[in-house]
Amino acid sequence: MSDPVISVRNLCVEFVTRRGVLRAIDNVSFDIAKGEVLGVVGESGAGKSVTGSAIIGLIEPPGRIAGGEILLHGKRIDNLPQEDMRRIRGRKVAMIFQDPLTSLNPLYRVGEQLIETILTHTDLSPSAARERAIALLAEVGIPAPDKRIDGYPHEFSGGMRQRVVIALALSCEPDFIVADEPTTALDVSVQAQIIALIKKLCRERGTAVMLVTHDMGVIAETADRVAVMYAGRVAEIGPVRDVVRHPLHPYARGLMGAIPTLETDAERLTQIPGAMPRLSNIPQGCAFNPRCDQAFDRCHVERPEPIEPQGENVEPGHRVACHLYTGGEGAR
Amino acid sequence: MLAFIIRRIAQSLFVMVAVALIAFLMFRFVGDPVNQMVGIDTPQEEVARLRESLGLNDPAIVQFGRFVWDVLHFNFGVSYQFRLPVTQLLAERAPATLELALTAAIFALIVGVIMGVYCALNRDSWLARVFQAVSLVGVSLPTFLIGILLIYLFAVILGWLPSNGRGQVVKIGEWWTTGFFTASGLKALILPAITLGLFQMTLIMRLVRAEMMEVMRTDYIKFAKARGLRTRSIHFGHALKNTLIPVITIAGLQLGSIIAFAIITETVFNWPGMGILFLKAVQNVDIPIMAAYLMLIGFLFVIINLAVDLAYGLVDPRLRVAMRA
Amino acid sequence: MPHPTPEEVKGLVGGGSSGLVTRLLDSDVFASFRSSKLTMLAAFIVLLMFFGAAFAPWIAPFDPFDPAKVFLSDASIPPRWQAAGDPRFIFGTDDQGRDLYSAILYGLRVSLIVGGLGVLLAAAIGITLGLVAGYVGGRVDALIMRVADVQLTFPAILIALLIDGVVHSLWKGVSREESAIPVLVISIGLSFWVQYARTIRGSTLVEKNKDYVAAARLVGIPTPVIMLRHVLPNVIGPVLVILTINLGLAIITEATLSFLGVGLPPTQPSLGTLISIGNQYLFSGDWWIVAFPGATLAVLVLAVNLLGDWLRDALNPKLR
Repeated sequence: MSDPVISVRNLCVEFVTRRGVLRAIDNVSFDIAKGEVLGVVGESGAGKSVTGSAIIGLIEPPGRIAGGEILLHGKRIDNLPQEDMRRIRGRKVAMIFQDPLTSLNPLYRVGEQLIETILTHTDLSPSAARERAIALLAEVGIPAPDKRIDGYPHEFSGGMRQRVVIALALSCEPDFIVADEPTTALDVSVQAQIIALIKKLCRERGTAVMLVTHDMGVIAETADRVAVMYAGRVAEIGPVRDVVRHPLHPYARGLMGAIPTLETDAERLTQIPGAMPRLSNIPQGCAFNPRCDQAFDRCHVERPEPIEPQGENVEPGHRVACHLYTGGEGAR
Repeated sequence: MLAFIIRRIAQSLFVMVAVALIAFLMFRFVGDPVNQMVGIDTPQEEVARLRESLGLNDPAIVQFGRFVWDVLHFNFGVSYQFRLPVTQLLAERAPATLELALTAAIFALIVGVIMGVYCALNRDSWLARVFQAVSLVGVSLPTFLIGILLIYLFAVILGWLPSNGRGQVVKIGEWWTTGFFTASGLKALILPAITLGLFQMTLIMRLVRAEMMEVMRTDYIKFAKARGLRTRSIHFGHALKNTLIPVITIAGLQLGSIIAFAIITETVFNWPGMGILFLKAVQNVDIPIMAAYLMLIGFLFVIINLAVDLAYGLVDPRLRVAMRA
Repeated sequence: MPHPTPEEVKGLVGGGSSGLVTRLLDSDVFASFRSSKLTMLAAFIVLLMFFGAAFAPWIAPFDPFDPAKVFLSDASIPPRWQAAGDPRFIFGTDDQGRDLYSAILYGLRVSLIVGGLGVLLAAAIGITLGLVAGYVGGRVDALIMRVADVQLTFPAILIALLIDGVVHSLWKGVSREESAIPVLVISIGLSFWVQYARTIRGSTLVEKNKDYVAAARLVGIPTPVIMLRHVLPNVIGPVLVILTINLGLAIITEATLSFLGVGLPPTQPSLGTLISIGNQYLFSGDWWIVAFPGATLAVLVLAVNLLGDWLRDALNPKLR
């Protein structure tokens, strides 16, 4: 793998609440290379979005980064002063939010929002910025961009608005982009278009992408690698085909079993019994142990670290945090 | 847009007719107007003739029609107490009240918005806490008590500012008198304006603070931050504009209630405005003045409401579209 | 998500009665109460004032309304700690020689009775009209809400003044002493109902489309019973907050009316009347006649507002 654009090392994010400190992200590490798409999946509350916000530097009190490092091109950005981080945001790292209906300021024309972003980060003249804005709108597939640029957000449909949001996020050619469930709020019919658009634009620019979703179908189609998160931790991470075909972690196996396919002739989809624990109530040892049908003594005591399992027939870079693969008693 | 304006005007007319009806009912059924005009020794035939000539024997709907007709010609009848046309009495006192209310409203709006924005952006600073405390005291202290406190402090103890009256006034045109152009007029305005505006100021401050904190949590502000826009631009461009739209509505309505609240301030400061006139009317059941004042306040409110709604449409593009449709 | 059963909904809104106390003690609301010293202080002050008002005849050293015990020779004595003070009168006396401390206790009693009854009347009117408007809908709804709109055009104090003037002139045979309290309660009740009605109407519109209401209708429960037994408990939650916040406003309104001379007469003074009397002596230097009733009123309203503010924030999960 070439030098990673983004490296997350042992990231921990905590939220201080009245009932104590909650750890939303616990010791999460991964790299994303130039032009690579990392899919991040997991249930709601697994910490996917918080990880994205942490990288972009938008964790706000009562949340805080409690440990670990975030590196952009090998340089730490998690401890930068606010003003320095602001200059990076939008120019080097960007984010696409879930709901295009609420991501755009309703009182400003689409063009005003684009031009303001471009002017903030570049030395372009206002007229050049406007031309660039029109070009961007054309690129994300908005018809008659020279006219629509003066429209207000409410004059665009949901799918079109998400295209505008993508144009905004990509307006300064960032090296890395977090797409936080970019299609969840959209009609099924336009979801595929938006995903294809993000993929195409990022491939052309060599942008590294962190694609947060709980749609395994999107991951299988789009991502190069996939990370499965559970209760703020990475349960399994690896090349997408390998993880989807041969999931190792019992939780990941449950997730993949829950994907409906035409080929499987199973009577019904697999279900994972129970629910993810609350952050205030994460069990000792492996967070998944109460729901795991293969849990044994060690799972209740010792927390598994992500490792590349020995003796399994897996591709390199495929790691799993599960005692079934750390050898010893109970392991296969 | 046109349909919207027409609908709003229709609504305003409905409110005015309702207010006129209440005023008419007061006129007709609270305290017999004839009894107010005649002495005890007036002969019965005289009373009956007066009744007939005033049209009090006509059907109620005819009387109401006549009432509305009179109102449309600024004829609110004759005050029972002063034996003078109500219109003249109100016109004499309107400038004092309107100047006081306008000054108070501007003070409340400017100071309230600045304090509210500061509190929203610096939630945990000590100054924000002080503002918060002041605002709580501001809504808890009755207006008249604030007035008494200010008089005691600045007029009785320090002797800096006058405690009553308008000071020297200058006549403009036919009937308008203003205290804006004399030193004593301006000095006399300070304490009453603060007294009258303080409650609205705290209200606006709390509203701006709550609204702006709400706006700061929205996705478009998060997205603006994620794009690395300058903090100043996010706060005073994006957030403030979105904050002020709902504030316009409430602030507009507050202007109307400031005029009504002036009753209290005028009493405390002996300010020669419409409020004192109304209060005396209530105490002496001088129905023509009560009815006219009611209609006047209702009218001001409706006009302000209409203006606010139209302003709203100009500022908010979403509504512009809704209005066009 | 499946529709919640009425029981679940009740649990969410806190409308159920049994177990309410235990749930309250265990709740976030109670925890936030205990975590705020200011709120606890406010609650203590409010309780103290309620107590003082309720037991005024036993606590007050004098009966300020017994002409046999009030002497003009005692008039305008400054508070006890001043050089010219009299040990019998802690806060001094007013212009007629009445003990101010006793007068304040009795005044507090009148202010709280008028404010409390006024707010309850407003709530009763508002809840009834809101429930009917929301549940029945159609023309009834339109009529009630139009009336509310018209009323909102005028500030409460103006409406109270008008009602006061009108009722007094209609009620000619009755003396001001007898009519003052009922007239004030009616004025406040009719001035403050709109907020309850709007809130209740809004949540009734939501509730009436829920399955449990449809179920109740299907089994043939009469409409008034559905409204009272099923819908009302689920929409009443926010009323407590409005009630608390409006109590402060109602007390201020009563004080203002009395100050303006259209509320309680000097023979039966509320805090506002006392302040109004004291205001006449401000320039002659008898500051205490206005200062102590004024401070009592301010502290009372401030404490009630603090409680209201806290309650609103504690029940609003967004701000927590």
